[in-house]
Amino acid sequence: MTVEMLSIIGAAVAVSVGAIGPAFAEGRAIAAAMEAMARQPEASGTISRTLFVGLAMIETMAIYCLVVALLLLYANPYVR
Amino acid sequence: MKLQLHPLQTKVLFHLGPVPISNAVVTTWVIIAMLVGLSWLAMRHAKVRGGWLPATVEVGVEAIADQIKSVIQSDPWPYLPLLGTLFIYLVFANLSGDLPGLVAPTAHIETPAALALIVFFSVQFFGIRRQGLKGYAARYLQPNPLLLPLNLLAQVTRSFSMMVRLFGNMMSHEFIIAIILFLAGLFVPVPFMLLGILIGLIQAFIFTVLATVYVGGAVSATTTG
Repeated sequence: MTVEMLSIIGAAVAVSVGAIGPAFAEGRAIAAAMEAMARQPEASGTISRTLFVGLAMIETMAIYCLVVALLLLYANPYVR
Repeated sequence: MKLQLHPLQTKVLFHLGPVPISNAVVTTWVIIAMLVGLSWLAMRHAKVRGGWLPATVEVGVEAIADQIKSVIQSDPWPYLPLLGTLFIYLVFANLSGDLPGLVAPTAHIETPAALALIVFFSVQFFGIRRQGLKGYAARYLQPNPLLLPLNLLAQVTRSFSMMVRLFGNMMSHEFIIAIILFLAGLFVPVPFMLLGILIGLIQAFIFTVLATVYVGGAVSATTTG
């Protein structure tokens, strides 16, 4: 197996495994926000703003994985 | 046909002396010129009954000020010039990628890096201006002086993650459109471009809200940033 093949496999694994955790986390966050909004519709402005910020934080993990995958594919230090 | 894509490469248009001027920089210049022109047109005859354009701009500014006020829980006007400009510029920059022939400046890593650096130094500046150098430095020793390295590290990593978030979202969106166009054909990417408008607006909002939260954390006396 060459370094190129390993890099491609590594990139695919990085994104596919790295997306699982953030996907579950975002689902839980949105479900909790929905419940809170259904219970207190008057607080929906604050809840949705906090939700967006929280989703951005969670999403960052997935984007780190994407960056690692892109580095492996396009700026790999081991492939000259 | 070969797919020619590189997420970290920038297209250099021309050189200004020793400085290479890339595509993103020219797009940014055009956006700056447009925004300055719009502001000048709107504020040229600013008065109480100034017409529809000053009224529209005023409604927008007031809306942004209200949003900032509800996040930082204090007077928003010292921070409005930075945060409002950041939001308006990001909206235009993110959506410029949907015009044919243009690439969003935020889809290359340099522009998000510059914006994150601006936010990083602004947060320190606002914190020091509000609380004094001693009072602001003391908050890095809370809740325990042992946590000083972690507090310093958090300042750096959150700026880094702001940069990577904006860059990753905008760049991956363009990437997906390019790959789908390569695989499927002419009209299939259209729904993804519609999704891209939503992504651009949400990312502009998130970047601004996060900057506001960080500024609010630096200037408020109670919460730790």
